[in-house]
Amino acid sequence: MAGILTYALHYEGAFNKNSLGAVSEGAKLAKELGAESHAVVVGGDDLTDDLCKTLGKYGATKVFRVKGEEGLAQPVVDAMAKVIEENGQSYALFGGGLLGFEIGAGLTARLNAGVTMEVTAVKVQDGKLVAERPILQDSAIVDVDYVGEPGIIIGRLNAFEIAEGGDGDAEVVDVEVSFSEFSNKCKMVQRGEQRGADVNIEDADILVAGGRGLGKAEGFQLCEDLAESLGGAVAATRAVVDAGWYSYSAQIGQTGKTVAPKLYLAAGISGAIQHKVGMQASENIVAINKDQNAPIFEFSDLGIVGDLNKILPKLTEAIKAKKGG
Amino acid sequence: MKICVLVKEVPDAAVEKRMDSNSMRLDRSGEKNLNPFDTHAIEAAMQIKEGGAVDVEEVVAVTMGPESAVRALHKAVSLGADRSVHLTDDALADSDVSATGYALAQVLKSESPDLVLLGQQSDDGECYTIGAVVADHLEMPSLTQVIKIDTAADKLTCERQAEYGYDTVEVTLPAVISVGDAINEPRYPSLKAIMGAKKKQLDSKGTGDVEIDASKVGADGSRTRVLAINPPPAKQAGEIIEDEDTNETVEKIVAWLDERKLIA
Repeated sequence: MAGILTYALHYEGAFNKNSLGAVSEGAKLAKELGAESHAVVVGGDDLTDDLCKTLGKYGATKVFRVKGEEGLAQPVVDAMAKVIEENGQSYALFGGGLLGFEIGAGLTARLNAGVTMEVTAVKVQDGKLVAERPILQDSAIVDVDYVGEPGIIIGRLNAFEIAEGGDGDAEVVDVEVSFSEFSNKCKMVQRGEQRGADVNIEDADILVAGGRGLGKAEGFQLCEDLAESLGGAVAATRAVVDAGWYSYSAQIGQTGKTVAPKLYLAAGISGAIQHKVGMQASENIVAINKDQNAPIFEFSDLGIVGDLNKILPKLTEAIKAKKGG
Repeated sequence: MKICVLVKEVPDAAVEKRMDSNSMRLDRSGEKNLNPFDTHAIEAAMQIKEGGAVDVEEVVAVTMGPESAVRALHKAVSLGADRSVHLTDDALADSDVSATGYALAQVLKSESPDLVLLGQQSDDGECYTIGAVVADHLEMPSLTQVIKIDTAADKLTCERQAEYGYDTVEVTLPAVISVGDAINEPRYPSLKAIMGAKKKQLDSKGTGDVEIDASKVGADGSRTRVLAINPPPAKQAGEIIEDEDTNETVEKIVAWLDERKLIA
């Protein structure tokens, strides 16, 4: 049987948005292939029948539920390998995010399967799936298909839209998995620790985002001042959050928030893909960076090549003056 | 403890990268350098070695690639690796992620490391996946994008940022860990280390030396096929201002924002 198996990540009783997008995409593609769309979930008691059934709303007809440790990739590789072995799905699909990459990669090795990552679209061609993957800083897009089965597709963050195309509940099937010895050698000590103050950036119309180019934690003051003058909030890149310069709750990108404000002003941000995927839907993107070759200039509406330490304070003053006048 | 660090040569950041329309793979000709993300992995190995919590017998840099990849190994050794291993064979050309991961796992098996470190991604292919592929072949636990490692004799305590915040994970050795660039500031090699790098032991191995099944690697062993290379959807190029007179620049930015009613 052909068919698509999608991994659905959950946390504290709710499914991840990117996973729901992937389940929706899987259902859409399965329909075109004339096959079924299934999902796999791995976790503890919070994976209730009621919660699992809701994946039917997004088009999954069956949900394979496996008891296992959450937040780690290798137990899910064991689970998906078993489900695919027993049910013969032709494709495994993942939404964007850290775990999807790890699980998809592990499954590639386990099943001697082809893998494509950072996929932005999937199409059906001659009864098979073809993945579209942007490469080289998005300067080209390659069409990739698979030799043999299964084919593994790891989506880019926010690539797949959530669609409630299903009719009714999914059937929940419990699967017993004996985990590989090495899968039990990672132990989650603490999960989901929030570092830094809790700030809300998702509702802001204007975001001033800071990156490594600010030079030091204190550099964020320039962003704070500009954001205040514009009536916006401050956001940050992963690099500076990892470095402890700013709050995790303000982080944009692959393992952070996805935003689409009216104005996104990026200061000292080079524009890596992992950042881009979290903010490219912004209406207006302004970038200030001293490196004229920074990738962010490829997707900004207004780019300023210059020293942010000189530009930001004067810009803040000019906006204050404009508003006062 | 024996640490292997996987490294890779990538086209220099200043070189324009392009696809080869014949092989449908990345054109890897032109100036090359050690993948910048890998320098963090070497530094992590050096910090474990110098940290004193465990006894590290040696740090071995391992790469797969054409003859030119030797330069990446020299760089890795100049940054502190004790010796290096170069897996090189015409049969490996045009391997995809799946085939590359298998081949690297085979060469690592011949070294029996307690810890395999690598950078979280490569500067060219942008794959965050190779560590997890290698780990599954080696049947070792694995974690990617790690930004802090505490080492004990038989286990590591790792921190990383995942979907819902920061996770702390205990990993029993042997293990495969890919590190994020926030983990450390890589050191600069000393002139002496650069000069001495070429004298350190470098073993060159072919597929036969590490029991690689040739049908599983190269273009024929790959499980994906690139069917076409297309340009991205056209996007109107943004306006660029070179800041020469900052007052003037700021005036232009304010006018631009005002035009779009962003200053309310």
